[in-house]
Amino acid sequence: MTLSVTDLAITRGGLPVLEGLSFALPAGQAMVVRGPNGIGKTTLLRTLAGLQPPLRGQISGNEDTIAYAGHADGIKPTLTVRENLSFWASVFGLKDITRALLAYDLGELSERAAGTLSAGQKRRLGLSRLLVTGRPIWVLDEPTVSLDKNAVEMFANAVHTHLAVGGAALIATHIDLGLEAELLDVTPFRAKPAPLDDFDGVFL
Amino acid sequence: MIALLLRDLKLAFRAGGGFGLGLAFFLIVTVLVPLSVGPQTSLLALISPGILWLGALLANLLSLDRLLALDWEDGSLDLLATAPLPLEVALGIKAFAHWLTTGLPLVLAAPVLGVLLNLPTAGVSWVVISLLLGTPALSVIGTFGAALTVGLKRGGLLLSLLVLPLYVPTLIFGAEVSRRGAVGMDVTTPLLMLAGITAAAVALLPYASAAVLRVNLR
Repeated sequence: MTLSVTDLAITRGGLPVLEGLSFALPAGQAMVVRGPNGIGKTTLLRTLAGLQPPLRGQISGNEDTIAYAGHADGIKPTLTVRENLSFWASVFGLKDITRALLAYDLGELSERAAGTLSAGQKRRLGLSRLLVTGRPIWVLDEPTVSLDKNAVEMFANAVHTHLAVGGAALIATHIDLGLEAELLDVTPFRAKPAPLDDFDGVFL
Repeated sequence: MIALLLRDLKLAFRAGGGFGLGLAFFLIVTVLVPLSVGPQTSLLALISPGILWLGALLANLLSLDRLLALDWEDGSLDLLATAPLPLEVALGIKAFAHWLTTGLPLVLAAPVLGVLLNLPTAGVSWVVISLLLGTPALSVIGTFGAALTVGLKRGGLLLSLLVLPLYVPTLIFGAEVSRRGAVGMDVTTPLLMLAGITAAAVALLPYASAAVLRVNLR
């Protein structure tokens, strides 16, 4: 199960942000996406997750294999931690959520309404959702935001276990997770601005 | 599928879920109309089927705002779109959950609140039947409108403007069934039209909703 991308160009709000991007992510490997703010990391991850079509280029191996976690965790504040997790588990056709609760130390919180959790605890709940999807490729956008040192370790462990069983992970992050991960710096792939005479050429 | 339905129902019944909002609005309309129109029972009996339908329609409209907006705000919609459940099915389920929490209570309340409007006895069953047939269409059309405006800040006004014209056929034929039923006329034609509109809306609109939602999620 290799996620491979060839000559990908992606757009945000109709404007190209990245172009000519090619890489392959084989099973058992992690890849860290780097680049300055606004370069299009989130757009890249959303395109890979299938939330928007690419402008050009091919993506293969992303059909029903990707578990996406964005900036928002998709948590319902009035449901308990357990109800939130069980919902996502059954959407993905799984039942067992104990492994996910254990991995992020959510056992004690499992009967609390998710709305009463702290930001870091919510993030942990959001990340534990990945474990109930059963999907091989994790595509994560800034997963460690608002996590403390301990929780970052939990996350690194979870990714490590996932890689060990043949999963893969594509992570946009700026902190060092202590993982053996390939680095993908997208800065050189910034899309060139369209030539100016395209803009009002027809009117002149 | 069932999980999504159960979650939406649970959310609706928990604190701040919005269940009862439409029902309360319906109650207010039916209580205030006799007060503003005056106590002429013959006039009330004449207009009651139409008022009940209008009240149900506006009550429905009131709850559309929250149908997809909450899921969009907390990111669930992105996650649902990447889940194995087809978006068409997910939106169909969400429309069904909306009907169960908004449309069905209105149908059940209509005969009781009809008493306030001096609804003729012969009309009660036709009001219930027409609402039962027509409210599912209101929910799926509303889901389509919500999918069109999801992501817009304060999209409620635009949503109402987009959805109201689409509600008109359902209102015309639904109210016509009730009106004819109340005066003992034959209801076959408007009833079939109403059923046809609902069947077409339920069959086609989830696809349209999913298509516009995919565009809006980009």
